[in-house]
Amino acid sequence: MTTHLDGNVLAGTLGELFAVDITSAMGQCASCGTSEAMGEALVYTDAPGMVARCRTCEEVVLRVNRTAGRAWLDMRGISCLELRIPGE
Amino acid sequence: MARAAVLGRLTWQVGTVAEILEETATARTIVLDVPGWPGHAAGQHVDVRLTAVDGYSTQRSYSIASAPGPGRLELTVQRLEDGEVSPYLTDTLRPGYPLELRGPIGGWFVWDPAEPGPVLLVAGGSGMVPLMSMIRARAAAGSEAPFRLVYSVRSPETVLYAAELERLSKTAHGFEMSYVYTRSGPPGVKVRIGRLTPVVLSAPGWTSKTAPAVFICGPTGFVEAAASLLVRAGHDQDAIKTERFGPSGG
Repeated sequence: MTTHLDGNVLAGTLGELFAVDITSAMGQCASCGTSEAMGEALVYTDAPGMVARCRTCEEVVLRVNRTAGRAWLDMRGISCLELRIPGE
Repeated sequence: MARAAVLGRLTWQVGTVAEILEETATARTIVLDVPGWPGHAAGQHVDVRLTAVDGYSTQRSYSIASAPGPGRLELTVQRLEDGEVSPYLTDTLRPGYPLELRGPIGGWFVWDPAEPGPVLLVAGGSGMVPLMSMIRARAAAGSEAPFRLVYSVRSPETVLYAAELERLSKTAHGFEMSYVYTRSGPPGVKVRIGRLTPVVLSAPGWTSKTAPAVFICGPTGFVEAAASLLVRAGHDQDAIKTERFGPSGG
């Protein structure tokens, strides 16, 4: 049975790629326009890589895959990310 | 510079096991010394990586149980029978062993002791771990934010941090808790056995009207059930933060 986790599980992999935390960022879904914290996205980890879906419309918002020495990141399901910059 | 200290991509580092504490028959707390560890925010986790002699490597996420502090952290790990990583951590690891980890990770499912509360914590099984970090952070900071913990367990033997929770519920001002037993309760005590109910979640003073910040952590099914009970009881969905763990956590 396929079950989902949530966006918190993206934090380690995305933390390798970004200098700020992505799970506390607000991401606007390119399909339905809803803005939600990335930490609340539905994340499926049993695909190759991880697939994050919007919890409102369930469209794919982000896919990330990591192998030795390489990462693939597909964010076309997010039209805008609002990031918090720590220390300011 | 402070800015340089907080901004930076995540990298692996090696900690050393200082101590291993037996929490239940199948759960251990691993106390780690990690040189240069910056401390964490209550609710954050680390990734732990094991690498075999032949180079095969695998990683899992574990929540931090301790209150934030530099140089040292505690992870509580529940052994999963068919797990690939957890049996090594609970059964083989000994003080003095190195452990590769990276973190602290995650900025969403966190509680800041500067927030005045109230805070409702809902734990299912080992979902208690990051919530314990919040409870310990509250105590360490001298916060008086009203806290209520609802902790769902199979039976009394599976309760993590039982003695500490007992002490806190008697002595810590503004901290209260209730257990939900899903299989069996304490011997000789008449308690209801079963899943979470709206009644348990909405104790006097803890309805949606008091608008607590809510943190729910547990297996996916538990988290979904608890969140939907709270939304139906009138809690604002935006005030509810959730963290799910699944079978890949082994």
